[in-house]
Amino acid sequence: MNMIPTPAREFKPADFKSSVKPVWCPGCGDHSVLVAFQRAMAELALPPEQVAVVSGIGCSSRMPAYTNCYGFHGVHGRSLALATGLKVARPDLTVIVASGDGDGFSIGGNHFLHACRRNLDVTYIVMDNRIYGMTKGQPSPTTEPDWDTAISPGGTGVSPFHPLVIALASGANFIARGFTGNIGHCARLIVEAVRTPGFSFVQLLSPCVTFREDQQRVWRNVVHEAMVPETDDPARAARRLMTDDGFNLGVLYRGARAPYQPRPLANLDPSHFESEFAI
Amino acid sequence: MKSPDKPGKPPQFNSPAEFFAQALAIEIEASERYAEIADQMEVHNNHRIAEIFRKMAHIESLHRDEIKRRAGDALIGGRPASFSWLAPEGPESIDLGDVHYKMTPRQALMLARHNEERATAYFEAIAEAAADPEIRAFAQTMADDERHHVALIDKWLDKYDPDDVDWSEDLDPPVISD
Repeated sequence: MNMIPTPAREFKPADFKSSVKPVWCPGCGDHSVLVAFQRAMAELALPPEQVAVVSGIGCSSRMPAYTNCYGFHGVHGRSLALATGLKVARPDLTVIVASGDGDGFSIGGNHFLHACRRNLDVTYIVMDNRIYGMTKGQPSPTTEPDWDTAISPGGTGVSPFHPLVIALASGANFIARGFTGNIGHCARLIVEAVRTPGFSFVQLLSPCVTFREDQQRVWRNVVHEAMVPETDDPARAARRLMTDDGFNLGVLYRGARAPYQPRPLANLDPSHFESEFAI
Repeated sequence: MKSPDKPGKPPQFNSPAEFFAQALAIEIEASERYAEIADQMEVHNNHRIAEIFRKMAHIESLHRDEIKRRAGDALIGGRPASFSWLAPEGPESIDLGDVHYKMTPRQALMLARHNEERATAYFEAIAEAAADPEIRAFAQTMADDERHHVALIDKWLDKYDPDDVDWSEDLDPPVISD
């Protein structure tokens, strides 16, 4: 639903770039996610004013500032709650959420489950570097249990969170994984995620060059295209994701569940909202 | 130092216009990428490297404008019908994962040189494979231009001594976790 008819426009990635210079460390995978996002938006030919980018807190959550789409830099772990409210109120907007493994799976873990279950037509991009980068390198929910540092001597010993399995079990309609070493592929996944109705979850492996210097090189060598084609069968997807090595790239599940969207009341005027706030 | 990638199968073009548009997209992407990395370096106070990448962005933007001029009416609004923003990175674009906030001028120039070599190989492969004489001639000109850029960078590199072994040492590092 587009309130203002506009002629078809052609876009370039640069049309989605703001004047704010990213402060991410040079070499950080998040720079590649930003480029992939801009390319995806250009490919989708979505006018910037019809896209809202919502985030929480963390390195990844700086994303809204770096695009000239509408943006909301919210509080820690609550990006999906904000995005849910926005999509319900403005179903005409394309709502994209940018998050990280700490913000999205720890602080915002409960919102993640229910956003998948609710299945609003929202795209959730999680830049996963398996660490809290902004707060100087604490282990996150996806950190390997034996990652041994001064801050976690001998490793945490805690099994990592498996976000794709949890997304499937909770009802997400589209599940994919990419690696920032391949920007074109990440852009394709974002395009597919936006085009697929319902809640789309895209995990982008995005190396942290400052606190996990080895990550980029190691991941570049171990990521691989998923050996099997995407499936719409949740049982088959569950088996695949349960045995997944964490480095399978591609669309791993695409369901056909109808998105949830409360129907907006027709012919609302401002007095309606005034009445709701009346004491 | 990175070794030049082995060129894959050269892309096929249905018309000179498609090729012009592809070449233009490669130069636009390369120029924007250099500018993005210059911004990153500026933000991280490595102004020497920012200046190098800014110059590279300028060189590529001149090349972009020259292609626009040469292409003339053959260009289809800057991109052919088959052009996609989801294509793999162009041969002349720096990998965003290859930069470091403490990188030296020599490393920055070697990265740029690597891309110019890749671009030379890319356009040479097209020139060799193209059946259309206009595409062949233009691809050869592009390859010659890129080879000229390699030579320019080689001269530029002469100004710099080899890197110190502790080039990445940061006396005020982030609070590391190990």
